Amino acid sequence: MFDSLSDRLTQTLKGMSGKARLTEDNVGGALRDVRVALLEADVALNVVREFIDRVKMRALGQAVGAELNPGQAFVKIVHEELVHVMGDANDALNLATTPPAVVLMAGLQGAGKTTTVAKLALFLKEREKKKVAVVSADVYRPAAIEQLETLAGEVDAYFIPSTAQEEPAAIARRAVEEAKTQFADVLLVDTAGRQAIDQEMMAEIQALQQQLMPVETLFVVDAMTGQDAANTAKAFNDALTLTGVVLAKADGDARGGAALSVRAITGKPIKFIGMGEKVDALEPFHPDRLASRILGMGDVLTLIEEAERKVDKRQAQKLARKIQRGKKFDLEDFREQLKQMANMGGVGSMVDKLPGMGQLPANAQAQLDDGLFVKMGVIIDSMTPHERRFPDVINGSRKQRIARGSGTQVPDVNRLLKQHKQMQKMMKKVTRKGGMEKMMRGMQAMQGGQAPRPRGRR
Amino acid sequence: MSEQAQQSEKSGFWGKLRTGLGKTRAQLAEGVGNLLLGEKEIDADVLTELETALLLTDVGVDATTEIMASLTAKVKRRELNDTVALHQALADMLKEMLCPLGRPFTLEGIDLPAVIFFVGVNGVGKTTTIGKLAKRLQGEGHEVMLAAGDTFRAAAVEQLATWGERNGVPVIAQQQGSDSASVVFDAVQAARSRGVDVVLADTAGRLQAKTNLMEELSKIKRVVSRLDEAAPHEVLLVLDAGVGQNALSQVREFDAAVGVTGLVITKLDGSAKAGVLFAIANETQKPVYFIGVGESVDDLKPFSPDAFVDALLSGD
Ligand SMILES: Nc1nc2c(ncn2[C@@H]2O[C@H](COP(=O)(O)OP(=O)(O)OP(=O)(O)O)[C@@H](O)[C@H]2O)c(=O)[nH]1
Ligand SMILES: Nc1nc2c(ncn2[C@@H]2O[C@H](COP(=O)(O)OP(=O)(O)OP(=O)(O)O)[C@@H](O)[C@H]2O)c(=O)[nH]1
Ligand SMILES: [Mg+2]
Ligand SMILES: [Mg+2]
Repeated sequence: MFDSLSDRLTQTLKGMSGKARLTEDNVGGALRDVRVALLEADVALNVVREFIDRVKMRALGQAVGAELNPGQAFVKIVHEELVHVMGDANDALNLATTPPAVVLMAGLQGAGKTTTVAKLALFLKEREKKKVAVVSADVYRPAAIEQLETLAGEVDAYFIPSTAQEEPAAIARRAVEEAKTQFADVLLVDTAGRQAIDQEMMAEIQALQQQLMPVETLFVVDAMTGQDAANTAKAFNDALTLTGVVLAKADGDARGGAALSVRAITGKPIKFIGMGEKVDALEPFHPDRLASRILGMGDVLTLIEEAERKVDKRQAQKLARKIQRGKKFDLEDFREQLKQMANMGGVGSMVDKLPGMGQLPANAQAQLDDGLFVKMGVIIDSMTPHERRFPDVINGSRKQRIARGSGTQVPDVNRLLKQHKQMQKMMKKVTRKGGMEKMMRGMQAMQGGQAPRPRGRR
Repeated sequence: MSEQAQQSEKSGFWGKLRTGLGKTRAQLAEGVGNLLLGEKEIDADVLTELETALLLTDVGVDATTEIMASLTAKVKRRELNDTVALHQALADMLKEMLCPLGRPFTLEGIDLPAVIFFVGVNGVGKTTTIGKLAKRLQGEGHEVMLAAGDTFRAAAVEQLATWGERNGVPVIAQQQGSDSASVVFDAVQAARSRGVDVVLADTAGRLQAKTNLMEELSKIKRVVSRLDEAAPHEVLLVLDAGVGQNALSQVREFDAAVGVTGLVITKLDGSAKAGVLFAIANETQKPVYFIGVGESVDDLKPFSPDAFVDALLSGD
């Protein structure tokens, strides 16, 4: 995560301070960096090109103010443009119609359609108090119908049975009738996975759409998809007129550039993000979060900005001076940071901004509440002063002692040490930029005095 | 295999890949296809076009840069004078890169029963590949057994059971939610007592960043090796042809957790071409044993580096 674009840009733009404007000459290298970063995040090449042109147009001639160094000014433009291209947050399904409102799922094999049907059913039931019916028109994949039946049971949605011997069109017809007699508000229709170049299968789902007249046709795309996302999204959108996109399997370490490709190529909003295999792992889409992730920046920017506002400034300066003198950010400092984080109110709101946290297993993420930060503090408390200053000496037997002393497990100690390492790296980067204070000032200026946006927990 | 069978298998594979490429006017094919329109001089545009074509098939920035640097050097040294020669040089280079990956899958030398794990991220085609491979191995005269090691996903057991029925091979399973290591253990034990040759063990899909799930895989391996030190004899990582640069991390992490011995690339019947394989080949030389070219039982083919590259480069 830290070999990130902001890192790279800082290097590239190093020699630029003092220049008054961003020009074709001096941003050339930076644009190349952005291009590589986007390609490494699997953004489709055509989309990358268009994007680079936009950024270039906006950047050229831009004055470099006193508060922002050119690198920061540039990152700001890139980030803003990316958020812009990705569209506004939009988690609403348009279900305004005579019930049942039909939602049709579409996508490649194994993308996550069936799982998403269950997640949506739960979401609509809980958040919007809808009565939801589900049906599978997947008559091809072995046990596809049983899979949906099991999931429907888990989320307590009304399951309309179907069999592999039926035609999808017949299943659909029957399902709409049954949804009506059951007074269902919503009917979610699962379909078989299909390749965009499989003309027969594309014709099948086209016919299904014409028959069902769904209010929503959602394209489910795997977050790990590469360049092909562009071809596939275009083909599905041409064949079906999609109304929205669901990015599945975004809980891994993929940078998710496919989301940007699909969004740019179809122009359709990304409505949800799948964050796990469990039926409750569906989240509304946040463009700024995904933008940072595609760029590989975590949400470090926001974290630092918020820290600036709330954290005891003297502490921060002390830390900055210490690090500037070449001292390491040790576990003693980490404990101080944890305390300050706790002071900053809802720790949960900060968690997803810490680089690396997004990569934690979902169940570990769920545990990341204030309690965990307290636990981390206790673990550090169980170390000797020497261990806190020189964490490298903490070997297996020391870990066991620390775990015992803090009433935790060795993996907990390992996790803490890993997070500390990540913080350490972040601190190093901050100082490389020329001092934490300067960086903080820069970040503040970058926000342009905007009121902080409220942020919910994941 | 008779020469004729080989031939028809090859044309089947070619046919499938070709239709896929033909229908989409696959970018690489198109790019290189254009280059092939008569002998042209090699200029900067041609090289840019080629670079674009590579990036569009997920070859990745690093591997593309490397390939381009090497081709450009050849052009500078005047070893390549026109686009036809350039195309040939590219094909040769790509084939050379994949050459070490083209090793046939065989059970020879394994003290039977052979235990083969299928691992990978969610939805790539593990279970389907097991269904296909079961038939293939039966065709080679082996007794096959399936182990329903995915005890997590809804109807994963039923899905594998269907493949078992299709092939008429036994499936060892417990109910959803049970311990997958114990399912695989049971299967290996059953295979030994019934004199079965091969156990194909399914596992639940998991994202490689999820350390606890990766640890679970290592555990299955540990438990099975109690029955046979050499087991699992093969650990096949299944990759979706549509995957982008994340495939590199998949290979790395699954290898670290369970020691991947080979790769399978599925869904090559679609518009994606799995160019990331070149980036993978730069890092590791795990053999690619099979490719998946459809959802039917016969849609599993041995991997051939030359055919893979040719299919990528041929325009029609
Ligand atoms: N980690 C993770 N796994 C997911 C997510 N969504 C789906 N999956 C998993 O991805 C795999 C495929 O999901 P399915 O819902 O069966 O996909 P599908 O598109 O219905 O597949 P086909 O019907 O075969 O085309 C399963 O193992 C799911 O558990 C997600 O958001 N995160
Ligand atoms: N077109 C095509 N589809 C394939 C191929 N291999 C598998 N599939 C399809 O991909 C989807 C997922 O396949 P599975 O075998 O369930 O994948 P898996 O890796 O076992 O999935 P999980 O267990 O959920 O992680 C199914 O719809 C399969 O029919 C292939 O080579 N080509
Ligand atoms: Mg499905
Ligand atoms: Mg499976």
